Amino acid sequence: MDALEIARWQFGITTVYHFMMVPLTIGLGLVVAVMQTVWFRTRKPEYLRMTKFWGKLFLINFIMGVATGIVQEFQFGMAWSEYSRFVGDVFGAPLAMEALLAFFVESTFLGLWIFGWKLLRPGLHLVALWCAVIGSAVSAYFIIVANSWMQHPVGVTLVNGRPVMTDAWAVFTNNTALVAVPHTLLGALGVAGAFLLGISWYHLWQRRHDGIDAVDANGRVVPGANPELPGRDRADHAVWLRSLRIGAVVAMISFAGTAITGDLQGKLMFEQQPMKMAAAEAACHDGTSFSVLSVGDLGSKDCSNVAAVIEIPGLLSFLAKGDFSTDVKGVNSLQTEYKQAYGAALPNNPIYGDRAGQSIQYVPVMEVTYWGFRMMIGFGGIAALAAAVALYLTRKGTVPQARWLMRLAVVGILAPFGANAAGWIFTEMGRQPFVVAPNPSMAGSVDQVFMFTAAAVSPGVSAGEILTSLVILTLVYAALMVVEVRLLWRYTRGGVASAMPELAEKHDDGEHKQSDDVLAFAY
Amino acid sequence: METLPTALSTPLPTVWFCAVAVLWIGYLFLEGFDLGVGMLMKLFARDEAERRVLLNTVGPVWDGNEVWLLTAGGATFAAFPRWYASLFSGLYLPLTLALVALIFRAVAFEYRGKIASARWTAAWDWAIGLGSFLAAFCVGAMLALTTTGLPLDANGDRVGGPFAWFTWYAVLGGLAVVGFALVHALAFLALKTDGDVRVRAHRAFRRWMPLGILPLVVWAVDIQLRNGKWWSWTLTALAALAALVLWQLARRGSEGRAFLLMAAFLSSGAAGIFSAVYPVVLPSTLDPANSLTVGTASSSSYTLGLMTVVALIGLPLVLAYQSWTYWVFRRRITVGSIPTAHNVVPAFLTRLVTGSHGAERAPAKEA
Repeated sequence: MDALEIARWQFGITTVYHFMMVPLTIGLGLVVAVMQTVWFRTRKPEYLRMTKFWGKLFLINFIMGVATGIVQEFQFGMAWSEYSRFVGDVFGAPLAMEALLAFFVESTFLGLWIFGWKLLRPGLHLVALWCAVIGSAVSAYFIIVANSWMQHPVGVTLVNGRPVMTDAWAVFTNNTALVAVPHTLLGALGVAGAFLLGISWYHLWQRRHDGIDAVDANGRVVPGANPELPGRDRADHAVWLRSLRIGAVVAMISFAGTAITGDLQGKLMFEQQPMKMAAAEAACHDGTSFSVLSVGDLGSKDCSNVAAVIEIPGLLSFLAKGDFSTDVKGVNSLQTEYKQAYGAALPNNPIYGDRAGQSIQYVPVMEVTYWGFRMMIGFGGIAALAAAVALYLTRKGTVPQARWLMRLAVVGILAPFGANAAGWIFTEMGRQPFVVAPNPSMAGSVDQVFMFTAAAVSPGVSAGEILTSLVILTLVYAALMVVEVRLLWRYTRGGVASAMPELAEKHDDGEHKQSDDVLAFAY
Repeated sequence: METLPTALSTPLPTVWFCAVAVLWIGYLFLEGFDLGVGMLMKLFARDEAERRVLLNTVGPVWDGNEVWLLTAGGATFAAFPRWYASLFSGLYLPLTLALVALIFRAVAFEYRGKIASARWTAAWDWAIGLGSFLAAFCVGAMLALTTTGLPLDANGDRVGGPFAWFTWYAVLGGLAVVGFALVHALAFLALKTDGDVRVRAHRAFRRWMPLGILPLVVWAVDIQLRNGKWWSWTLTALAALAALVLWQLARRGSEGRAFLLMAAFLSSGAAGIFSAVYPVVLPSTLDPANSLTVGTASSSSYTLGLMTVVALIGLPLVLAYQSWTYWVFRRRITVGSIPTAHNVVPAFLTRLVTGSHGAERAPAKEA
């Protein structure tokens, strides 16, 4: 493997990993802020407990997003210096704004929230959390503006071979970004929904298993209490049942929302990146049918050996254009068009290294785009369906006693993570061979802005250096994933008492009563 | 080298050079003390109680401080893409090390107190201590090298292999930030703690301050001797004056003013360094023609104008709410203000751990 391929693997691994933490941060942050708001207004104790418990898990995850996010800010310059030089005039601005207008808000106000429980007035303390949550959504907006410009460059002209920003409004209201932002935020909500659902299910199950909750003759729950177990009182039942229902509703809203925004994205993609659309379908020939299952050698590039086994006539046209008859161009005819517009071979420019003069493969890796697209939709759909089933099964106030259902609910937490990762892998791999995809509305113009990924990597950095960082970062990330999941699991199993030690202490003889000098929370 | 159509026809690139310098100074001043506190977790604190005191002086604010680094990086990308690209790719391995150090340090801050076990906290203490040291050293090396240069070709790419950046200046810059961070943290602890920690921190500050700032002084003077102009010499002289007054104040035991003078010393010293190399942002040690300057490395004036508007709105806001945060957490921290560590036990197991009475607390294992 050469520097380019290693750098691509590194970007993929570090970014997908980072995006395990990010959607949980965004989604769970919003849910916790709503829970604290309800507590602030109603003072119902279960909402304080929910805020504390989910807030604790939120923080354990949040820090991993912060830590892995630093890598993202640096690695454009480190591994992709030619890319940075090429796009810096446009792409750097949203990145800098993300740090200045979002990261500062997020980190400062979250610090106030974590340590401010006794120091700040309750209203102000709640505002601090909302600021942090809004900060993370604003950060999503800026980074997606940057990414959308790579998918669909707007608002620039070419000066001395490089894009120069001429219209900031166009860049920051790029229609690609305006549909990708809600799609991403709604996808993040789905992660939070399944997370709430799975963990709450576990606790409701555990309460039944421990004989705390029982059901009456009609199957209705009879919440109980076990004074020997800290926090296992009747309010605890309300915590988990309510969390479960919130999670299920959030997961269903997420799926409906991502379906609507995803449909809008599909129609934009049909205009802006037709090859990505065709590759998502493994659609070799022009047509109108959506493939439910295609078999054969998706990687064969020339489509010689791909056969659609099950097709839904007209659906592809509907996804692309909103009717059932528009012919959607297939890979074969698009390949010819792209070669005419952007060249059949990489130019003889030293920037391409050994690849200079090689013919350009305009079809993305179809195994990835075809299955990535289906995994995104499939995992999202499974999570939403499971959420609906969960609402039905818990309609009488608790979960069934079956252990396998509990395990399924916990494992189901992973489904929306899979959908999020698959969606991003699809959209990034589907953009290849471009790192900055051409904007078709500028096709043929001298101002045409695009960049091949093969030209983007740092020319001065050796493959050995990038391999070193790839190995180190992958090992560090793997180790930290184990630590994070174990810590999340430990706090999960501890229940509300793990986040509210006072629940375990309130029956003491007053010996442990803490004076006002003691911090409400300390590391 | 082709340039974007700004050259120095507008003052904006110079304004942004100053802005990037301000961001780095803000980073060194703010994260300086939390990097130092991180190192002092291993070097200064005597027991678990003191380590938690140290940790909690920066607990609510370290993450906000670290954003100054991200903003400095992001602003360099936006305003000087070629500077960002050449510097970051040229220093590939040291920056990888810095990233790993920052990752471990960040996670350690949050996770250290999450399990009350001696082995767990000891492991994260090393992550905080070593992570802070390596992050400070690598960032310092990077800042020194952007003033003394890298072997860059005409495209701005490093030649000479993965370690071509390694010079004594890298070591000097690394030591400058490590040394500054350590004494800055001592001044900070004297201001933020009470009791024995406060007394000892102040004593250590008085004792180690001259040595701690020495590498930074050597770097500043060396840059002046190579590139100094009258105004950069003036700034350096101001820094020297601040250091002298600082030492006098420290001997008299004035914690608050000593801390403020650390700010004066750092900002005038760093401003002296940045203004000495101006208009060069990254010299090439191979050929001065390959050096990146404020003019050749910058973005278009349109982008710089946009960023100026955003910075004029954003930066005062950041300063306002970050200052307010420091005011909220203004109270001195003592051993007595740290709550006891609690262990997290699975809810269904508590009975087994606490015995049949259920009234006892889960013992803080090995706390």
